[in-house]
Amino acid sequence: MKQVNVPNDKPGIFDNPRNVKRLLVTFFTLTGLMLLIDVFYHKHAIFHWEEYFGFYAVYGFVACVILVIISKYILRPLVMRKEDYYD
Amino acid sequence: MINALPPATLLILGALPLLFLKGKAKGIWLLILPVISFFNLLAIPVGSHWTFGFLGFEVVLGKVDKLSLIFGYIFHIIAFISNLYAWHVDDRVQNISGTIYAGAALGVTFAGDLFSLFVFWEMLTISATFLVLARRTPKAIAAGARYFMVHVAGGLCLLAGIIIHVQQTGSAAFGYIGLESLGSYLIFIGVGVNCAWPFLHSWLVDAYPEATITGTIFLSAFTTKTAIYFLARAFPGTEILIWIGVAMAGFPIFYAVIENDLRRVLAYSLINQVGFMVVGIGIGTHLAINGAVAHAFNDILFKGLLFMTMGAVMYRTGKINATDLGGLYKSMPLTCTFCIVGAASISAFPLFSGFVSKSMVMEAAAHGNLRFVWFVLLFASAGVFHHAGIKIPFFAFFSHDSGLRCKEAPKHMLLAMGITAFLCIFIGSFPNFLYAHLPFATEYAPYSASHVIAQTQLLFFSALAFALLLLSGIYPAEIRSVNLDADLIYRKGGPWIYRACDKAFNGINDFGNKVFAQKVPELLARFFSDPARNVQQHIVRLSAEATGDNSKIDRRFQKIAHRTTTNAYPIGGGVFLAVVFLAVMSLFYFN
Repeated sequence: MKQVNVPNDKPGIFDNPRNVKRLLVTFFTLTGLMLLIDVFYHKHAIFHWEEYFGFYAVYGFVACVILVIISKYILRPLVMRKEDYYD
Repeated sequence: MINALPPATLLILGALPLLFLKGKAKGIWLLILPVISFFNLLAIPVGSHWTFGFLGFEVVLGKVDKLSLIFGYIFHIIAFISNLYAWHVDDRVQNISGTIYAGAALGVTFAGDLFSLFVFWEMLTISATFLVLARRTPKAIAAGARYFMVHVAGGLCLLAGIIIHVQQTGSAAFGYIGLESLGSYLIFIGVGVNCAWPFLHSWLVDAYPEATITGTIFLSAFTTKTAIYFLARAFPGTEILIWIGVAMAGFPIFYAVIENDLRRVLAYSLINQVGFMVVGIGIGTHLAINGAVAHAFNDILFKGLLFMTMGAVMYRTGKINATDLGGLYKSMPLTCTFCIVGAASISAFPLFSGFVSKSMVMEAAAHGNLRFVWFVLLFASAGVFHHAGIKIPFFAFFSHDSGLRCKEAPKHMLLAMGITAFLCIFIGSFPNFLYAHLPFATEYAPYSASHVIAQTQLLFFSALAFALLLLSGIYPAEIRSVNLDADLIYRKGGPWIYRACDKAFNGINDFGNKVFAQKVPELLARFFSDPARNVQQHIVRLSAEATGDNSKIDRRFQKIAHRTTTNAYPIGGGVFLAVVFLAVMSLFYFN
């Protein structure tokens, strides 16, 4: 992508790779902590499977992976056409 | 008698001065109008007002109860916000149609009878069409025309249903209908078009991204939500709605993942959110209906907010495809923040508005032991975070630096987005303000430890999936493309139908032309050029065929030809025919 340099174009915080890395590390740590919380509190659930350790975490992760895989490898080949398909 | 006007009148009649007003005066009028109309609504007590007879039926222009009121409130709020956002728009077509559109939505909401409801319903279609057409690009004009056709078809279906229903029940009152007879099914489907049910939905993802920047904010609020209101009033607890809603919540997220136009991504996620509401209405318990209505209320705000941020990006950069955008957090930090608030709200993060309403529908499904439904809705919750919560802000404001440098959005846009963002957080943090206005009394408490932690885990791990897929390169790159959807049926099928009609009807026309305009008159002309001779020759031919004696036929033909051309009939023959004629006539007259 062509970079257009405007005068006084200050680099944003995410132009520094170190900041991106910091953000990712913080995020991964928080995610780990979220999972750990599961051990320490008593769940009020309607369905019994909601009480399994990490049910929501695993479901959220798997759901999104499946979503992306199906969209990319099944739906896209089926429905994607060139931009001028209808013209 | 009350000192107020029917709820829809102020906005619809208030569009008239827009024909003359200009500049600032017009902008101020557009801002004051929803406020006056709102106070007018507050002045109307609960009950049925403005009733009069029409063709033997009762027309009610103000059926005010808790269900209609909450829709009335949010329609006013979003009308005000949209007009503020559209402060810079100096286009009478958009100003007028936007105002009438909001008024028509109020008309539907407070209609107490099916006839006035239908009139406002059609007004919605017409005014919305102009909001699409007003962009004035060839694509927008084509999409607007398709929008109009689909909604006219849906409207006719609704009208047919209303007529049959009124004929059968003898009443035009708008209340619970339920799926019973043909009429109610037609009404159901007619409303389903506006509600964007699967296969009836493609007008939405077709037209909304083609509409004007400000028009889309109006569009995202009214058409689908009035349909939700209609279903909540007329079809609560209709089981098939659960399955329709499940399909709506499920399939659009797959499209949203691969879609490049970010406003179209939002259009798909609009269907996904409406799916939650439809499920709630299908379940039909007090908690579920409350959840559906509360979610409609919140969706108008956060979906409006997301469309506004994308509109601001489009206004400043002229681009809306994910492939062209990225890195805008530097140029538009406030818009970026508001977008993240909208994204957090639609994803139902705790303390944001989606959290306090979506969970009501989920819990209602769990209480009804609808396991499959519950699992799909949970899948859709994770999915909506994935495509609307992360994808929208990420590709517009972060991702790779597109090199685009622009100014922050104009002040009035920022103000409109700021108000909406504030409302999203306010409702999410103090849900009782919303719960107090729901149709049924509720003691629902969204903020339990289990619920907050469960939802946060779900969202964090969805985000984790996004991050890992993106880092590993599996996440599908954005590609400039068109993704086929149900509108294929009429966009590609249309020309086929046209060709089929062309063959069929022009074929019939050709055949008719050959036979009736050419062959038959020719035959008749030949026959009547000399009828007597033709009849006689025919008889001679028949008798010759019957006897098998062809020898004298030529001589007889010549004789006949001679007789007819010279009129040399024996007088006796004429007399004989006259006698026969009179005998036949006497049989007819004297029998």
